[in-house]
Amino acid sequence: MRNVKNVAFIVSTAALLAACSTPMPEKKPVEVVEKPAAPVVQPDTRAVAPVVAAVDELDIPGGKLSNRSVYFDFDSYVVREDGKEVVQNHSAYLGKNQRTILIQGNTDDRGGSEYNLALGQKRAEAVRKSMAALGVAESRMEAVSLGEEKPKATGAGEEAWAQNRRADIVYKAK
Amino acid sequence: MNKVKILLVVAGTAFALSAQAQLRVEISGVGSNQIPVAIGTCANEGAAPARISEIIKADLTRSGMFKIIDAGPTTDLMQADASGWKARGADALAVCSVQPLGNGSFDVKYRLLSTIQNNDVSGFGQQIPAHYGRLSAHKIADDIYEKLTGVKGVFSTRIAYVVQQGKQYRLEVADADGENIIPALTSTEPIISPSWSPDGTKVAYVSFEHRKPVVYVQNLVTRQRNVVANEKGNNSAPAWSPDGSKLAVALSKTGNTQVFIVNADGSGIRRLTTGTTIDTEPQFSADGQHVYFTSDRSGGPQIYRMSVNGGEAQRMTFGSSYNISPRISADGKSLAYISRRDGNFQLYVLDLESRQEQRLSDTTSDDSPSFAPNGKYILYATQNGGRRSLAVASVDGRVKQRLSIQAGNIKEPTWGPFMK
Repeated sequence: MRNVKNVAFIVSTAALLAACSTPMPEKKPVEVVEKPAAPVVQPDTRAVAPVVAAVDELDIPGGKLSNRSVYFDFDSYVVREDGKEVVQNHSAYLGKNQRTILIQGNTDDRGGSEYNLALGQKRAEAVRKSMAALGVAESRMEAVSLGEEKPKATGAGEEAWAQNRRADIVYKAK
Repeated sequence: MNKVKILLVVAGTAFALSAQAQLRVEISGVGSNQIPVAIGTCANEGAAPARISEIIKADLTRSGMFKIIDAGPTTDLMQADASGWKARGADALAVCSVQPLGNGSFDVKYRLLSTIQNNDVSGFGQQIPAHYGRLSAHKIADDIYEKLTGVKGVFSTRIAYVVQQGKQYRLEVADADGENIIPALTSTEPIISPSWSPDGTKVAYVSFEHRKPVVYVQNLVTRQRNVVANEKGNNSAPAWSPDGSKLAVALSKTGNTQVFIVNADGSGIRRLTTGTTIDTEPQFSADGQHVYFTSDRSGGPQIYRMSVNGGEAQRMTFGSSYNISPRISADGKSLAYISRRDGNFQLYVLDLESRQEQRLSDTTSDDSPSFAPNGKYILYATQNGGRRSLAVASVDGRVKQRLSIQAGNIKEPTWGPFMK
């Protein structure tokens, strides 16, 4: 019995509301505004603030600064075209960062070790001079030689020798 | 000239560092006038801390200057009679005896008799601790050598060299016959250019442990190490002045490699050469008044000499576009160096009076020559099979010795001085 009554109520309410849906002269609703006591700022725990990691350019694997070797022709102490990019990249980096470098020159293993130490020095010095010309301060660079003592490629033959005729840029600890 | 190949294996003793580290001596070529000498086994040699007569025979044989006749056992040192040995071809007879002294030391006596005059040429006694057993034999061999050739023997001297084995580098000190090997320095980074102090107690060398070449002096007795040169750039090629107070070194602090002189404690660096190219590998002359060095001021590396007080340098080497590693004998008469000929790096010696040069090796990859303190032999590094090893050549070109090690590459040899 109740159900019928409810249904009737609903139906009658609906009918009443339907009648109310037609535009009527506006009656401003009475707004009940509750004044907030003091603003309580709740952190939005679902917010995400993006961060970009400040990875040192130097440490990016495969990045342009990961190439730190300058290669030389036989009996030559002149930075080749293919070495100039390495010189430029690291000179630019040193312009923006307070680091110091060791430039280690190397030779292949033909000849005496002390004379080769001096020849390797000429390679390191050539790189140092190129970087100084691009504005790197003297105090930030040290040109040294490992001569024939620490070859990258062992064995005889031009392929190995060419790999060892080289200067490496080594960053000193911060 | 007879070419006789004698393979002489130096027996290992408890003093060798390890079975792997023994040196083998192979002699090819002999002196044309070998002196025949009879050597007796020492009386009571069984009680000796080392096989004294065997060591004496090995030393004298290795020199290439003697023909050894076995004189058999000595029963009584003082009764030894040389007269019978002349008929058996010996010019001299050496006999010895050993007496333990009860406190761990030994009395080693020796006599050298002339077979021609049947009298004593020489003789002495030594009271030695047990660990000097081999040394007492070397001192007897030195005396026999000196009395019969007129030249001081080098059997009781020592050598130093660098061994590279895998990732390890060792600066080792050994007796001149390859025994008693002791590692003076062990490192994971290269060591080059070792140089004995004139008094034999210290070695200067270049170490790369700081990722650049730095010159150290190490006291072999106390183990103390001092940095002698660590200027900006390279620091290398240390060479002692004859009085032991200074070292000549090669530094690149001015941008190019130049020769400097520094006090043995590292103070007082002063520049000697004034070139714009490479000047390196300095060596003091025997009187300390001149410095020999390698310079490429004329294009390729050559050897020059200049006064220790500065001034002009005279060129010493010609004959090749590449001459390096000068070494000067103690008597100032000979200059040893490495010369590149037809692509091969070979040991040469120049007579400074006649200006005649002579090639001393038949190998193609020689380096680091070093004179024996009597000026008669040169120790150097060479290629042997697939490895670096040491060799000795007599300055007159007649005797060659090859020292081979079982494992590792040996390089950078330096012959130590006479010591008491």
